[in-house]
Amino acid sequence: MQIKPILAALRRHRLATLLIAVEIALACAVLCNACFLVARRWTMIQINSGVDESSLAVLTVNGFDPKLSADVNARMLTGLRAIPGVQSATLISEVPFGPQTGAAGVTHEPGDFKNLIGVVDFVLAGPGTFKALGLKLVEGRLPQPDDYRPATSFLPDYAQVLVTRQWAEHAWPGENPLGKSFWCDKMHFRVMGVVDHYARAQPGQYDLGQGEWTVFTPVVPGGSLSGTYLLRARPQDVQRVLQAARAAVQKIAPDVVLDQDNSKTLNDLRANYFKSDRIMIGLLLGVVVLMLGVTALGIVGLTSFWVAQRRKQIGIRRAIGATRGDILRYFQTENFLIVTFGIALGMLLAFGLNAVLMRFYELPHLPLPYLPVGALALWGLGQLAVLGPALRAAAVPPVVATRSV
Amino acid sequence: MFAYYLDLALRSLKRSPGLTALMVLAIGFGVAASMTSWSVFRAVSGDPIPWKSASLFVPQIDNWGPNGRNPDGDPPNAMDYADATALMRDHRAKLQSAMYQISPSVVPADAAKHPINVSGEAVYSEFFPMLDVPFQYGSGWSASDDENRAQVVVISDKLNQKLFGGANSVGRNASIEGRQYRVVGVLKDWNPQPRFYDVVNSGGFDSGVKDVFLPFLTAIQANLQNDGNTNCNAVPKEPGFVGLQHSECVWIAYMAELDSASAVTAYRDYLQGYARAQQQAGRFGWAPNNRLRDLRAWLDNQHVVPSDTKVSLLVALGLLLVCLVNTIGLLLAKFLRRSSEIGVRRALGAPRKAIYLQFLTEAGMVGAAGGVLGLLLTCAGVASVGWVMPKDIADLARLDVSLLVLTLLVAVVATMLAGLYPTYRASRVQPAWQLKSN
Repeated sequence: MQIKPILAALRRHRLATLLIAVEIALACAVLCNACFLVARRWTMIQINSGVDESSLAVLTVNGFDPKLSADVNARMLTGLRAIPGVQSATLISEVPFGPQTGAAGVTHEPGDFKNLIGVVDFVLAGPGTFKALGLKLVEGRLPQPDDYRPATSFLPDYAQVLVTRQWAEHAWPGENPLGKSFWCDKMHFRVMGVVDHYARAQPGQYDLGQGEWTVFTPVVPGGSLSGTYLLRARPQDVQRVLQAARAAVQKIAPDVVLDQDNSKTLNDLRANYFKSDRIMIGLLLGVVVLMLGVTALGIVGLTSFWVAQRRKQIGIRRAIGATRGDILRYFQTENFLIVTFGIALGMLLAFGLNAVLMRFYELPHLPLPYLPVGALALWGLGQLAVLGPALRAAAVPPVVATRSV
Repeated sequence: MFAYYLDLALRSLKRSPGLTALMVLAIGFGVAASMTSWSVFRAVSGDPIPWKSASLFVPQIDNWGPNGRNPDGDPPNAMDYADATALMRDHRAKLQSAMYQISPSVVPADAAKHPINVSGEAVYSEFFPMLDVPFQYGSGWSASDDENRAQVVVISDKLNQKLFGGANSVGRNASIEGRQYRVVGVLKDWNPQPRFYDVVNSGGFDSGVKDVFLPFLTAIQANLQNDGNTNCNAVPKEPGFVGLQHSECVWIAYMAELDSASAVTAYRDYLQGYARAQQQAGRFGWAPNNRLRDLRAWLDNQHVVPSDTKVSLLVALGLLLVCLVNTIGLLLAKFLRRSSEIGVRRALGAPRKAIYLQFLTEAGMVGAAGGVLGLLLTCAGVASVGWVMPKDIADLARLDVSLLVLTLLVAVVATMLAGLYPTYRASRVQPAWQLKSN
């Protein structure tokens, strides 16, 4: 295929060529950035919470005197365990996708405020909670009865804790985390086990690689560990059990107030938590599809026009020996050249746009693989759009050349 | 003559209905998509109190020193008890209030009903006039009520409905956390979004309504715990709520109204002097590092606008651009094709001006049709925002009429410009040439 005559022809249609190229460039820039945003969001909503979400529900009550917390806990747990279908009712301070109760910066040294390793969620949990959650232990050991320590302030002064693999790899890269210590001001924590996955309460508020910076802290019930109860039931029973539990609160403990918003199944909590992310993904994908459609139609329109304009020239080329394939390939090559020019322009634009987004919206760098993928998509789109008009061009009979009008 | 051009344009557009529909749709979708996401964007970044936001200020005092600052060197975004009450005592702004979030339980008079847990705010008397809070019955409390730790309360319209059946309850008693408070005011439906007076605790957005407002010092005295965020740089030395009040932990929001540039300067100087005095007294071991931002700068600084909406706006703007470029290209193609028609008209004696007028009419019609479609789609889009978006954001998504007009104008002007160029080219050509080449 000779490219020179195509370039010569394009030079005569500078404005139209430029318009298609600009359209492709804009589409390329928006496509790359939108897909990047969608991919990030998608990774976020796919987060592995590490717990048996479909078997779990959480029930929160408040409005009682903190001094009575031990008594309220005892009454609530007994009452909840009596509900038919409840496999276990245990104490926990926060669950994935529920409200966050305790996040704190931790360090390698006591009383240090400068060299933070990071901000982790401390999940306080009473006896039986680890098993109820369904967490998967990959290293170390489970909490034994004497590992449950009283929490003096929010946290105990010293505790053996379980951490997630993600946190262990961040805090002690390449080292065996078992037995390692970390500190929150003067409070000392020692790692006794590592769990595979365990999402913190509000993973969306942290960077993608920090959604599982969770510390499972065994604590004696009472004080800050009261009022939030984890219910476990068979997946098909969870909804019913939760309804029964919500209704039973009034009878079990008439002096407490049921927190309607924070008494839900974990499935509901998760769906609710990621609702806006799903909307955003839908919105972005919708805009991308609309934009690609408009771009394709634009190419169809302009190429159709060119084909109509060049009917006579096509006829002449056919008459002096060009095959249908030659004509078809001519238009395809022409489109390829224009789209390539547009993509080159679009890459620059995509990076420019990303740089702006990065500066103002705290987004990471656009990973390079998005660019060739975006380019491939647009090349494909261009070829697909040009196929119809090009086939029509190829169908022009040689006899057109001999007609005067 | 214009009517004739309209007729010509209609005929020409009818000749290629596919292409015409494509152009109109492209403009319509572009306008609608960008306007819909713009309205969502505005909903979350919108100024909650536009008539006053330039004179409302949020002071920040550096009570943590260099270790507690964020990477930009900013001090904590809330105040500790000592600073907040000292600033209230000095009373240097026209109006000001310290505030913290409370979550007391309210016991209805009807003993059969269950106690309800409500969300509220402990504020000073000047909170109400400062933020132009609308009252249905009664009013806020007085400055002396602040001082005397009076047992008074302002309740929301919603809570008034629940407790008193919506009647004028001023003067009646409400039982809050086991104490009796006299109702002095009932608010109208007031739930500004973003919750600008307490951004730190709500993240700006909160679908719940604040149901009770108690005098700050009364709430402290009644031991109503802080229900909002508490940030500490060290563990409080004493336990409990009293310990929190004696600590350097920050948990109190603060807002002041300053009406003139000189008042702002004076307040800045006052804050500087306050921090310096604290330094001299040995409480701060560092030079004053205060901030005083007006409301808009503060909302921006606290990242109250979700980045999503901004990004979706950019994407939607990209779509509008693509659609406009596309329409321009199609119009170009359509008009360039008609050089022979122009040749005939020119040969028959039409001046260039007439040709321009004819084609601008046609391009303008496409633009206007696209604009009208865009308008309809935008209305549909904004109406359906509530269907897909979280309620707290959707409630605020309103159409920005001035911007919509601007977009429509851009769409029409862009199409007319697109019509101008091929006309210019075609009308340059000698009529004889055009006729011959056919």
